[in-house]
Amino acid sequence: MEVLVVNIQGLSTNPGDLPNLHNILKQAHDSLHAESIRLLPLLDMLDPSLHSLGYLYILEACTSSALSKEQASAVVLPTARFMNSCSKEQIQLAPEKFISVCKRFKDYVMQLEAPMRGVAPMLAAIRKIQSSSEHLTPLHPEFLVLCLLSKCYKAGLSILDEDIFEVDQPKDLLLYCYYGGMICIGEKRFRKALELLHNVVTAPMSVITAIAVEAYKKYILVSLIHNGQFSTSLPKYTSSVAQRNLKNICQPYIELANSYTTGKIADFETVAQKYQEKFDNDNNLGLVKQAISSMYKRNIQRLTQTYLTLSLQDIANSVQLNSAKEAEMHVLQMIQDGEIFATINQKDGMVSFLEDPEQYKSCGMIERIDSSIQRIMALSRKLTTMNENISCDPMYLAKVGRERQRFDFDDYDPVPQRFNI
Amino acid sequence: MDADDETTAAMIDDEIYANGGGEDEKRNRPIISGEPLDVEAYASLYGGRTKISRLLFIAEQSRGCRNEAMELEALRMAYDEVKKGENTQWFRDVAQKIDGRLGPEYQMDLAWCESVDRRAEQKREKLENELNAYRTNLIKESIRMGYNDFGDFHYSHGQLGDAFKNYVRTRDYCTTSKHIVHMCMCSILVSIEMGQFTHVASYVSKAEQTQEALDPITVAKLRCAAGLANLEAKKYKLAARKFLDTGHELGNNYNEVIAPQDIATYGGLCALASFDRAELKACILILLFFVFWNKVIDNLNFRNFLELVPEIREVINDFYSSRYASCLDYLGNLKANLLLDIHLHDHLETLYDQIRNKALIQYTHPFVSVDLNMMANAFKTDVAGLEKELEALITDNQVQARIDSHNKILYARHADQRNATFQRALQTGNEFDRDVKSMLLRINLFKHESNQKQSKKS
Repeated sequence: MEVLVVNIQGLSTNPGDLPNLHNILKQAHDSLHAESIRLLPLLDMLDPSLHSLGYLYILEACTSSALSKEQASAVVLPTARFMNSCSKEQIQLAPEKFISVCKRFKDYVMQLEAPMRGVAPMLAAIRKIQSSSEHLTPLHPEFLVLCLLSKCYKAGLSILDEDIFEVDQPKDLLLYCYYGGMICIGEKRFRKALELLHNVVTAPMSVITAIAVEAYKKYILVSLIHNGQFSTSLPKYTSSVAQRNLKNICQPYIELANSYTTGKIADFETVAQKYQEKFDNDNNLGLVKQAISSMYKRNIQRLTQTYLTLSLQDIANSVQLNSAKEAEMHVLQMIQDGEIFATINQKDGMVSFLEDPEQYKSCGMIERIDSSIQRIMALSRKLTTMNENISCDPMYLAKVGRERQRFDFDDYDPVPQRFNI
Repeated sequence: MDADDETTAAMIDDEIYANGGGEDEKRNRPIISGEPLDVEAYASLYGGRTKISRLLFIAEQSRGCRNEAMELEALRMAYDEVKKGENTQWFRDVAQKIDGRLGPEYQMDLAWCESVDRRAEQKREKLENELNAYRTNLIKESIRMGYNDFGDFHYSHGQLGDAFKNYVRTRDYCTTSKHIVHMCMCSILVSIEMGQFTHVASYVSKAEQTQEALDPITVAKLRCAAGLANLEAKKYKLAARKFLDTGHELGNNYNEVIAPQDIATYGGLCALASFDRAELKACILILLFFVFWNKVIDNLNFRNFLELVPEIREVINDFYSSRYASCLDYLGNLKANLLLDIHLHDHLETLYDQIRNKALIQYTHPFVSVDLNMMANAFKTDVAGLEKELEALITDNQVQARIDSHNKILYARHADQRNATFQRALQTGNEFDRDVKSMLLRINLFKHESNQKQSKKS
């Protein structure tokens, strides 16, 4: 073992020696695994940032067998330090090992019931293993789970704000979007939650997974809260299994959505009561309650479209609240949240609804529009590049070439004959 | 302005009654007015099957309103009419409905039923034999006439489905466009009685394609039928156009389906509910012309012929000149009797609602601000109800305004186009963003799937 440590220390400094080191480590793989947790003291001899590759192999061997609670807590600290400080280049040589180490780390942290300890290291790990900020790694969903369990939603949001375009494993993406949706719901960013859940529901899949079902349930509720409406028809690009089966599995939610669209709060509440147990089991009861309060808001917003001034009593009547006082509370809350623009005249008990003061003339607005334009142009460029890439892809050309055989030999044929497979 | 309204209303009343024909000395009662319907006069406008079906409809409706006098009157007339024909099923129905309430003369007459049925059976055998003979001889014209006679036979005995089938069969044996037109007219007649207005529409268009064989009366009949089909399909604007296009030549020639007044009534109501102001003005002129022409041509005919048409014309006139209260009042008076009409019955509520909404919209259109109290007066309703109605119209985006509930004023509101455009642009940008990103993601996932499949294959 000491020989190994010496090798690691010696060969880690020079990047040219790294492949050599890698081979040595691979050969030592089995003997390391045999030692397992007994290798822990070896780690003290190594520096995680300089000897990352070696450190990684030893760590992986340490954690390869099941550990007791004390053993786990002993491993956790060095692993966290490693994840924070390891060297990116060395790690890239053995990504699967790194990922499995991080995953086990997450398991230990959860076993010790201290998910918060894992948040920062996991974030650092993601940055190390990502090839670009658009790359989704298997660590992303693990990180989000830790954020959810430790209620560190803001940390989760920082990752979610980055756009993902490259995916290693479809399952990772589904989990990532599902957990991401939950975090956004926690932070009340319903628009982003809707986007993420939409991605799960419309992802290509050949069988219905539990993730898709749970995501669909939340999707319905968030759609009601954010948009005030829900259409049961899924977009055309949804997979056929999803289109056929999702609605049947989530029947109570569909019923709830239908009663929302009638606008009658009493009906909605009855349906919610009816399926209360089910919602509770799915942990969606909180969302259902939010949907109820969003219904009041939407009804009040509708009033702003028709009235310039309205008495609090009339508002209470038309929105089916119990008293003018309650109406006043609701309106006050909405004004504070910026959902409507109004002033309350307490003397007369009247509310005056005002127009949206946004004139679209300020510098801030111009900046916003400008950045939108830039962003969209970048996206559009991305699309064009992708299009070009696909047209050069040999598999695509092969398929197209096959169909070209119908045409006359003399016809102008942009696809070279070589691709007529 | 209110005092003005009263006097002009009074003047219009005089005008209506003066229109009835200067030659009659006593004041002519309109057939359909605010007063209870004169069933006999109403029925005299029609002939054929529609007379009986309308009478039965009136009886049914009156029973619903517990108006026994009218019900019995209608049933009595229906009994007399049915006995003149050969439809024993209808006879049995009517006798059952009368239930002995009209005395011994209007009882179930089984002997009559049996003799008619026997005669019918004999006739049917004869027709069938003739038809078979023609069919073996393969003379097209005779076969056509044979099927036609069969159709007529079934029609007079109330077997509408069979009648329709036979009329349609003549299509294969029609040699001239006149035959085709005849077949279409018969099919249309039966379809209207059966209530299958999609057939009506298709046969009307079929008949209209044979331009040469159409004389003005047939053209007018076809337009009428098309109007009825549109009415049933709730396409009120098209129905109004068709009815108003029906020329004066129709006269009484189609009274087995519709009376000339009905054209004016149906056309006028549909026009009120769906036309804009320019078209409404033209409608008034057409109805004026209708009255004038028919007065000139048919001044010998039944005295109350013209009474209804000025009524509808006045309603439209009121609406056009913004005298909404009197217009809506008048319509309310006419409602009870219009509900007894077999074609209008199902559509009257909708038409009335549409007319009322149009009145409200038109009232508010020219103003920047409207005092709701004055508006409530003009429409003879209370402010709270008016507010509710306006709220519905605003939510529906038919009125661009806002209600100041505190001061009870309606303010016109024109959307700020510039702000709306900015908002829409930003929103479109966001949607594009979102959609393209998820699309790129999906492409990536597909590539994955196909890569996996490739690797599985190889």
